[in-house]
Amino acid sequence: MFEILSLPFMQRALVAGTLVGFLSSYYGVFVVQRGLGFLGSGLAHAAFGGVALGILLNQEPLWIAVPFTVIVAIGITYVKDRTNLGSDTTIGIFFSVSMALGIIFIFLKRQYTSDAFNYLFGSILSVTITDIIFSTILVLITILLSPFWKRWAYSSFDRELAQADRIPVQLDDYLLSILIAVTIVVSIKVVGIVLIAAFLVIPPATSRLINKSFSKMTFSSIIIGVLTALIGLWISYYMDVPSGATIILLQASLFFIVMIIRSTKR
Amino acid sequence: MSPAIEIKNLSLSYGDIIVLENIELTISKNSFVSIVGPNGAGKTTLMKILLGLIKINSGNVKIFGKLPNEVDPAFIGYVPQIKTMDRSFPALAIELVTSGITRRWPWFVKGHEKQKSLEALSLVKATNLANRTLSELSGGELQRVCLARSIVRNPKLVVLDEPATGIDAIGEADLYNLLEAYQEKSGATIVMITHDWHVANHHSDFVLLLNRKQVSFGPPAEALSEENLRIAFGHIGHLHKSKLINN
Repeated sequence: MFEILSLPFMQRALVAGTLVGFLSSYYGVFVVQRGLGFLGSGLAHAAFGGVALGILLNQEPLWIAVPFTVIVAIGITYVKDRTNLGSDTTIGIFFSVSMALGIIFIFLKRQYTSDAFNYLFGSILSVTITDIIFSTILVLITILLSPFWKRWAYSSFDRELAQADRIPVQLDDYLLSILIAVTIVVSIKVVGIVLIAAFLVIPPATSRLINKSFSKMTFSSIIIGVLTALIGLWISYYMDVPSGATIILLQASLFFIVMIIRSTKR
Repeated sequence: MSPAIEIKNLSLSYGDIIVLENIELTISKNSFVSIVGPNGAGKTTLMKILLGLIKINSGNVKIFGKLPNEVDPAFIGYVPQIKTMDRSFPALAIELVTSGITRRWPWFVKGHEKQKSLEALSLVKATNLANRTLSELSGGELQRVCLARSIVRNPKLVVLDEPATGIDAIGEADLYNLLEAYQEKSGATIVMITHDWHVANHHSDFVLLLNRKQVSFGPPAEALSEENLRIAFGHIGHLHKSKLINN
């Protein structure tokens, strides 16, 4: 059972899973509480566009996906801020454009590439040391920016109250969008583009069911995200099934179990 | 000594749409002022200008002698409309009150913050609500907690946006009693938006009657005259209300 720990690719995958579990679950609490679940899908599909562009240009796809996805995140935030369009409409527009661009880029490649499908569904075999370093840097940035949690939580509760207390809510919107965008990109290899949005939503949603305060919700969301990532990777190895799907199914199972237990206790 | 609020020739428009026009008034410290007007009169906009949330096109607004966005937020306690508040947000009442002290959301409530928050809750007779979640509170209870939050820093100006919305008559009466008690204790200036002329008449030192323009500003008996109400609302409502005001 523990022999997988001696396998280099699993070691990398487990480290990556821990880092990705932390990041997605931490930023996911803001996604859930602000009703931005669709943002995860939108940015994931933006990441697809970036990955496809990277494949077309014969560059490391994730290095292209990061700026591409960040630009889309900024674009979504900007259009939402400047128009009276709802979040879902704005995200839907960028989602569609990114996906369409991704399809065209893959088509222009003019040759079969399995890379695109690996990024769509995740591939723990392809997690590299570079990916881990990049994820670690993002975790360190997140920890450095941890004082911002208080501002983001405040404006998640009531934007106007936060503005009245001189919190730069618009600047924070951009910052949060960018960090979520980068989180999605670093998570792609573990979970896959198709399912990463679920990773942003399910652990915080589960945590929300069992916590009365936002700080405890954040803390337990991280615990749930990291544990389900590790256990999911472990299960996927032994069952020889895609890791991303396994992790998400495990998270969803936990969510429904918690929901049922909570309902029976009422 | 500067007044609490000084507004000179304030106007605000968005393109061709005039939101506020030529507002001019001075509110002295320790006053209780109601802003009354129909829907779309610009009441909430005016309140947001006072809070520094909206920039004006022309005119001058000073809060304690400073521009609104230069005033230390600790000087101002704000009670938003509870109907716009996210009650599904996972939070305890004590955390909401503590956010009024720290001007940030608390990761955890520290000892001295808890003490101050409980003191504020006791002023509004809501200490028993400290460990309830926002979703467990009734409208009136949430309003009390929001009021506690607004006064926890002993502000010199308390601004309330339709505080009676969503609460019953008893809760409403309690709320105004608590406001007046706080004002008496602290000497704070109170500015309240309300639709209810009777409330404005009964509780206010001064009333600003607004319908984009300043219809009147003064003691309730003058500001809420039949003629002024007709100008502001297009009618004077039920006859018994106007009789109450004129008596």
